Amino acid sequence: MTTTADSFQRDFIHAIYHDPDSHDPVSPALAALTSQPGFKVYRNTILKASVDALAANYPSIERLVGSEWFRAAALVYVTAAPPSNVCLIEYGHDFSAFLMQFAAAAELPYLSDVACLDRAWTECHIAADEAALDATMLAAMAPEHLLSSVLPLRAAVRWRWCAAHPAYAIWHANRIQDYADDEIEWQGDGVLLSRIDGEVVWQQASAGLCAFLDVCAAQGDLQSAVAAALQVEPALDIAALLSSLIQAQAFKAPALTSIQ
Amino acid sequence: MTTTLGAGLGLKPQHFDAALDCRHADIWFEVHPENYLMDGGPRLAWLDAVRCQHPLSLHGVSLSLAGAQLPDAQQLRRLAELVRRVQPALVSEHLAWSTLDGRYYPDLLPVARTSAVLARTVANIQCAQERLQCRIAIENPSHYLRLDNHAWSETDFLSELAKRSGCGLLVDVNNVHISAHNLGYDARSYLDDLPADAVMEVHLAGHTVDADDTGGAPLLIDSHDAPVDEVVWHLYQYLIARIGARPTLIERDDKIPEFAELLSERERAQQVLTPQGVLA
Repeated sequence: MTTTADSFQRDFIHAIYHDPDSHDPVSPALAALTSQPGFKVYRNTILKASVDALAANYPSIERLVGSEWFRAAALVYVTAAPPSNVCLIEYGHDFSAFLMQFAAAAELPYLSDVACLDRAWTECHIAADEAALDATMLAAMAPEHLLSSVLPLRAAVRWRWCAAHPAYAIWHANRIQDYADDEIEWQGDGVLLSRIDGEVVWQQASAGLCAFLDVCAAQGDLQSAVAAALQVEPALDIAALLSSLIQAQAFKAPALTSIQ
Repeated sequence: MTTTLGAGLGLKPQHFDAALDCRHADIWFEVHPENYLMDGGPRLAWLDAVRCQHPLSLHGVSLSLAGAQLPDAQQLRRLAELVRRVQPALVSEHLAWSTLDGRYYPDLLPVARTSAVLARTVANIQCAQERLQCRIAIENPSHYLRLDNHAWSETDFLSELAKRSGCGLLVDVNNVHISAHNLGYDARSYLDDLPADAVMEVHLAGHTVDADDTGGAPLLIDSHDAPVDEVVWHLYQYLIARIGARPTLIERDDKIPEFAELLSERERAQQVLTPQGVLA
């Protein structure tokens, strides 16, 4: 073989992802490798490790569609998008976008939204450790400054409102594998996830709560967040909303930018 | 040679509680750092808890030290943070590559052992050792392919790597057996040719015979899903008799048995080490 070491590695990867059943020839140098029985060990290991990682990161999707369908879809994804990060728990950040345009998933239009919630769970699971704002700290804020305060969110908090499908209800049933209540009401829903004491927990969230957190995440002040929440949910009880968010450890302590 | 570490176990999440409760005074555990390179959360908390009880070894699979590019700076930074956090007794990697042009191919891919690859692997190891502030041990991979562009034997290549970069070696005896079988050379001669002084750690694991093989002699696959084979135990005894006691790890990454079963394999390795001067 006369290839340099660099081109050897490029050719090797090309051959790994080259369809072994296609009639396109690989380079003669690589043919000496791909024709050996041992070459498939590398191909199988790379593809299986990638598919396994995706399955570990999207357990609800695998349960929802079944292992066979999932692994076939995953193989299309991992072939097009090998991991870009060695920390495989972060692999598949755009798997939901892939599902959105994946022709075989066209009959399951909610699949992409459900995948977003598996991803949200992972992001909560691996986020930085941060102390949460508690009710005492909130009460200590000067009332005249409260509305102009920005409440920073903990890194281990995610939320999502899905207007088109009951993505949360579907995700919840598959994530905890509890199909006892299979009468899912077919309407939009939302979820708030938060890591509390090392465990990711979640609860149903209203459109107003999600709009509120969208503004907080964009560094908007409390007044803007309340306005956004009331716009989508005029009857929302803001005191109860704040209380539930404190309970869910949504806010970070103690950096409150406008507190005296 | 007397070492402070005897036999240890690869640590899997399902055995975290058992590892925490384990009261063997001299046991240690090894993990893949790639599973702990996150900002926070329960995985790091588990690792911290185990580290409070036992020595840890970080066994990387993704630094791609024989790769065409220097190790990724961000990955090294995160790994260095983990090293500072858990203060591992050992840090190791492989003579392999797995990243190219910003993509990670999760396997230990084969290296063309040329002088150019030797030079850049030395540079990559030095870069990693400098950044991690520790000596790392480089493991011999398992082989499935005949490459005709080697200029160096693997044992000479590893010896030279150790000499030039100051790294140590990790001898995976199962990999030696697999590679010797798959490529048709003598495993004991391979072990004889390794520089004893450079060996910092030994790995033992199980393998399988490739069921899919359709012609010729079946390949052995480094599957880590079975107990250590008797042939590998014999090679291990042969190696330790030659080089003396070294920290030895039982690896199991698939079909994980009860913790007690792994402990009994670990005890068998300890019995090989103890007469060689390791405090049990």
